[in-house]
Amino acid sequence: MLGPQSSLVMYDEEYQRILVLLEKLLRESNSKVIFLVDKNGQLIAATGETAHLDTTSLASLTAGNIAATGGLAKLIGEKEFSILFHEGEKDNIHISIVGGRVILVVIFDQRSSLGLVRLRVKKASIDLGTVFQELVDKTEQEAISGNAPSPFAEITDDDIDNLFN
Amino acid sequence: MSFINYASREINCKIVYYGPGLCGKTTNLQFIYNKTAEESKGKMISLATETERTLFFDFLPLALGEIRGFKTRFHLYTVPGQVFYDASRKLILKGVDGVVFVADSQEERFDANIESLENLKDNLEEQGFDIEKIPFVIQYNKRDLPNVSSIEELSALLNERKVPELEACAMSGEGVFETLKAVAKLVLNNLKKGG
Ligand SMILES: Nc1nc2c(ncn2[C@@H]2O[C@H](COP(=O)(O)OP(=O)(O)OP(=O)(O)O)[C@@H](O)[C@H]2O)c(=O)[nH]1
Ligand SMILES: [Mg+2]
Repeated sequence: MLGPQSSLVMYDEEYQRILVLLEKLLRESNSKVIFLVDKNGQLIAATGETAHLDTTSLASLTAGNIAATGGLAKLIGEKEFSILFHEGEKDNIHISIVGGRVILVVIFDQRSSLGLVRLRVKKASIDLGTVFQELVDKTEQEAISGNAPSPFAEITDDDIDNLFN
Repeated sequence: MSFINYASREINCKIVYYGPGLCGKTTNLQFIYNKTAEESKGKMISLATETERTLFFDFLPLALGEIRGFKTRFHLYTVPGQVFYDASRKLILKGVDGVVFVADSQEERFDANIESLENLKDNLEEQGFDIEKIPFVIQYNKRDLPNVSSIEELSALLNERKVPELEACAMSGEGVFETLKAVAKLVLNNLKKGG
C-alpha cells in the first residue's frame, strides 16, 4: 500500500483494464452510472450515463462521505464501514471500498436491485483490487528503477507562472 | 497526495486552507471562484451551517492549464475553523499536497491563530506528514481592519519555518491569488523532486 505522501499514478494500460471492468459491472448490474474515486476525492474513472452528472463534485462528496463514516466507525470501534447505501425516490447509490484505498460508486434505479448490485460489486471488487495492487507494484518499481522520470522533473518557474496568466 | 494520470494526461493536487474560525478561508475560495473563468472551474461546494460557518468543508476544483502536456488541476479545500470540529479537520487533511495557513491579523485573534497552527501541526503529524517539509505558506488576512498586529509580530510567532508569507484582504481579494500561486509553486516544485 502507498504511504500518505506518495503520488497515485495511473497508466494507460491499467486505466483501460479498469474501464473494461467498470463497463462489465455496469452491464451485469443493470446500473446507470459507475465511478471510481480515490479516497482523497479525485475521480479515477467513470462509465455509464455521466453526461449530465457533475462527476468532480460527486467524487469529492463521496470521499467526504466515506471519510466521515470512517471516522464514525472508529469511534464505535469498527475499522470502517465498507459498504454505504443511500436510497432515493428514483435513484440509489451504493458505495463500497476496493482494496482499502479506492471507492466504487454505483448509481442504479428500479431496473436493478440492491441484491443484484451487491452481488456484482463483490465480484468486480476482486478484479479491480488486483489491478490496483498491480498498479501500486508498478509505481513502486518505476520509482526504484527511475525508468520513467516524472513529467514534472523539468518544469521551470516560468511554466508555473504561465499557469496563472 | 497528488494523482498523476498518464491515461488522461492529468495531474491533480490537493490544497487545504487551514486557520482559526472566521479568519477568512471560505472567503478566499469564494474570491477565487468569482474571478476564475467558467471553463477553468467546477462547481464550488460549501457544506456549511445556516449561519454560513463551514461545517465540513468547502471544495473548489480548478483547472489551471497545461504543464508539459499535462492538464494541471488543483482541488482547493477549506477546513471548518471552529475548535470543536477537529475530527472533520483531520479527515480533510488526508492526502494533502500543500497547506495555506490563513491567519486572522486582528489583535484579539492572536491566541486563536497560535492554537490553530498548533492544531495543524498535531494533525499533520498524526497523518504521517513531515511538518518541516510539506509545502506550506502563510497568509495574514484582514489587513484592511484597524486593530491588526504588525506583520513582524505575526511572522515571529507563526512563521518559524520561514515559509512564503503574504498579506491579504480576502474580502476585496487582495493577496488571494498571490497566496494560491505561492502554494501551487511549492506543490509543483515538490512534484518535480518526485514527492
Ligand atoms: N474586514 C475583513 N473581513 C473579512 C476578510 N476576510 C474575510 N472576512 C470576513 O470574515 C467573516 C468570516 O469569513 P469566512 O471566510 O466565512 O471565515 P472562515 O475562515 O471560512 O470561517 P469558518 O468556516 O468558521 O472556519 C466573513 O464575514 C467575511 O466577510 C478580510 O480580509 N477583511
Ligand atoms: Mg469557512
